[in-house]
Amino acid sequence: MSQSDNTTEATEATSDRALEFFQDRFDLDDRSLATALDTALERNVDYADLYFEYTTTDSVSLEEGIVKSGDRHLEQGVGVRAIRGERQGYAHSDDLSLDSAKLAAGTARAIADEASTQSPVAIHSPAPSHDLYPVDVAPTDVPVATKVDWLGEIDRYARAKDPRITQVMASIVSQYKHMLVVASDGTRVADILPLVRINIQVMATDGTSREIGYQGAGGRYDLETLRDPARWQALADEAIRSALLNLEAKPCPAGSMDVVLGPGWPGILLHEAIGHGLEGDFNRKKTSAFSDKLGQRVAAEGVTVVDDGTLPGRRGSLNVDDEGTPTRRNVLIENGILVGYMQDRLNADLMGVAPTGNGRRESYAHLPLPRMTNTFMLAGQDDPEEILKSVDNGLYAVSFGGGQVDITSGKFVFSASEAYLIENGQIGAPVKGATLIGNGPDVLTRVSHIGHDLELDQGVGTCGKDGQGVPVGVGLPTIRIDGLTVGGTEG
Amino acid sequence: MSQTIDATTMETVVTHALESAKLAGASQCDVLLVEGNDREVRVRGDEVEFVKQAQERGLGIRTLVAGKDGLQTAVVSTSDLAPDAVERMAQEAVALARATAPDPFAGIPEDGFATELPDLGLFDESDFGVSLDARIEDAKRAEAAARATDKRIDNSQGSQASSGFARIVYGNHHGFLSSYQSASHGLFSEPLARDGDSMQRDYWMTAGRRLSDLDDPAIVGRKAANRALRRLGAKRVATCVVPVLFDGLTAPSLIGQLTSCLSGYSIYRESSFLADKMGEMIASSNVTIIDDGRLQGGLGSKPFDGEGQQTRRNVLLEDGQLKSWLLDHYSAKKLGLTSTGSASRGTGSAPHVGTTNLWLEPGEKTLDELIAEIDRGLLVTELIGMGFNPTTGDYSRGAAGLWIENGEIVHPVEEITIAGNLGEMLKQIDRVGSELVWRGRTASPPVRISQMTIAGE
Repeated sequence: MSQSDNTTEATEATSDRALEFFQDRFDLDDRSLATALDTALERNVDYADLYFEYTTTDSVSLEEGIVKSGDRHLEQGVGVRAIRGERQGYAHSDDLSLDSAKLAAGTARAIADEASTQSPVAIHSPAPSHDLYPVDVAPTDVPVATKVDWLGEIDRYARAKDPRITQVMASIVSQYKHMLVVASDGTRVADILPLVRINIQVMATDGTSREIGYQGAGGRYDLETLRDPARWQALADEAIRSALLNLEAKPCPAGSMDVVLGPGWPGILLHEAIGHGLEGDFNRKKTSAFSDKLGQRVAAEGVTVVDDGTLPGRRGSLNVDDEGTPTRRNVLIENGILVGYMQDRLNADLMGVAPTGNGRRESYAHLPLPRMTNTFMLAGQDDPEEILKSVDNGLYAVSFGGGQVDITSGKFVFSASEAYLIENGQIGAPVKGATLIGNGPDVLTRVSHIGHDLELDQGVGTCGKDGQGVPVGVGLPTIRIDGLTVGGTEG
Repeated sequence: MSQTIDATTMETVVTHALESAKLAGASQCDVLLVEGNDREVRVRGDEVEFVKQAQERGLGIRTLVAGKDGLQTAVVSTSDLAPDAVERMAQEAVALARATAPDPFAGIPEDGFATELPDLGLFDESDFGVSLDARIEDAKRAEAAARATDKRIDNSQGSQASSGFARIVYGNHHGFLSSYQSASHGLFSEPLARDGDSMQRDYWMTAGRRLSDLDDPAIVGRKAANRALRRLGAKRVATCVVPVLFDGLTAPSLIGQLTSCLSGYSIYRESSFLADKMGEMIASSNVTIIDDGRLQGGLGSKPFDGEGQQTRRNVLLEDGQLKSWLLDHYSAKKLGLTSTGSASRGTGSAPHVGTTNLWLEPGEKTLDELIAEIDRGLLVTELIGMGFNPTTGDYSRGAAGLWIENGEIVHPVEEITIAGNLGEMLKQIDRVGSELVWRGRTASPPVRISQMTIAGE
């Protein structure tokens, strides 16, 4: 462990502050928590937990040079879960009180019908394992006027950059979440999670052609980090460059070709192509294209992929997951061999393995599911320039929009927002509308070069599963994949 | 869980919120209060996987204060309906509004509020007492029917049934105050088919305002199973340009993407490729698209929109000609037009534009007849990915489906993309099918695009 003593003290402070928050505001002390849990445990359930949440989100957005509206949203509630075998009962209420928790517990336990002989729960708090995102000032406490002025600066900066920039839309989203989870094994864990995000979108117009460019950034830190002009100006520059580039981009050719992915956000490939397929629920149910493949080769030699929830300040990071399990660095693929799945408690228990700190939920109104945190490929040895030079004719994709996967067939797709043709080892004309499609279990076996330039993304990813959205991160070094299908309009 | 609150109590909360906002200094305000009661179950194999129950409420307060050259707007939301909490939120909303910029176009509608409130068939009182056990039974029947279809169906992601009931109250500073109740029920089944190493999933679903609107669970399960089975052995095809037929499950996404380009916001921002095309022929003459908020029993039906405006029938495209944008009060004012009653709104944010019941008018021929007409082409049964750019119309998505040769389905297809430009695709719609089935708020019969680029081997 390389954590300093300072970090440990701060850790205790964060989790203690979260506990105090729920105790002071909602009278949720150890005794009342134990009482609510006992209600759930009056029936013969294997496990029960209570999840309390209090989240403030504010959003300020600018268009046409002015901030037209400010939004502030308070989300609070409690979710109670009871598990019996594979069966889960869940009830939630937006009333953050002990009475509500007890009522919900009465509903959730209905999945089990026999009376229980379990002894009452004794609450204890494990020592916190990390303190990954302490902030002095909650981002939601930064005055709205400050955010409004800042957006004005962004607008003026972007418009002054190029006369072809005809629209600027920018927004600042701040979130500050308190959570408390208490489980029938007595563990009680609390956390305070900041989350900030800035979005800059511009439109470039040239004659009758219009193109959009977007760049965003964020993470679990304070707003000051983003207010550094060098930081947001670089984002605005990127959005502008992307929009202007798309004005010149030609339609993308269609067919199978060698593809070089740039570093950072193209790591969405890992998220879609293999990440979802390695989530515990799909593998326990054997509905994933990766089911029963542990120990088998699923990627080329040299490919190591990890999911790491412990990176300080990252958008996908968590001190503990939404079931109270400390997050950790989980190796999914090691030198090409599948070595691990991502687990929540339910699926870990049913598969007879330990939870991995990947039990996440969108809010108190949702059941936890095995989810990714920050998923990335470790750096290799190759020089990125040499990787490009190795391709005679292909596609160089450096930025992407969204993606999606069919877990069962393993087919995934993701759409490039910035891509170029590669001609004789040189970066050629920009192309638009490129969609990459492939097969998860074999795409990484065709990775032929891995760069030494691992980058994590800027912190804008949101992953959707079963209707639940959670913040995630991705990362990738420059890699070359041989023979990937590229969708475009030029036949 | 919190207790259900009745309509009168909800109206009292809304009135109190409006008064609090005015007292705090708002010159205009409106309030939306939503109360929902939802239950959801999933069965997988013989086992109940989860049961979920919830009661939720949300209060959204929009306040506008008079600034130098217009009104300043803020929206605040909470689930705490205690009178003092509501007063605090109203004050916070006004303070937040003062920090934003005055906008000469901001405001709450002056008129057009719903006066006719017919019974739109949005719920059936006899469904209120539906038990979790009854919905578990539906899911079990769908799941069992799926698995009984064929021995190659030996696994699933489960079958899910849901029933939700809601009451919505809207009021504003003009004194307009109204409410309605609605319900929605659904059943969804997603089985897996396996043959050797090949594993495929697919789904089928039914949804409606009344339980009696739903298809029989066994039909849902069997249909889902057959869709999964027919995907077994899917392969890629060579890169080519061919006619592409979208089935009744994939065609609605095309209509949905088109209407995102008709939203008043993307028009005044010029971020839609259709921004300067009003009145023009933008699609082939067999394309008529309608959005109607007052269809009897429609899953998108409501008597008034998110700003209290009376909902109505809007013809968006008629015989290929662009006839109307979709507008709320703000985007209408920006364009010098009037609202089309299309304000969609959750409690947490300002209104934006949405559709209600949206559909493409059906044509003459059945899907089977349309397949029989194709010499060589693709029937798309599933789309994945988000490859659509509303500003340019560029379209490129992952697809799975069935390959057609000489008018017959010859094999399933996967791991391909289909690409084109929506502006051109609309003009290339050369066939519209006859089957129009509602499974959500957007419906479309099968649609054929005369040619698209398929990327494969």
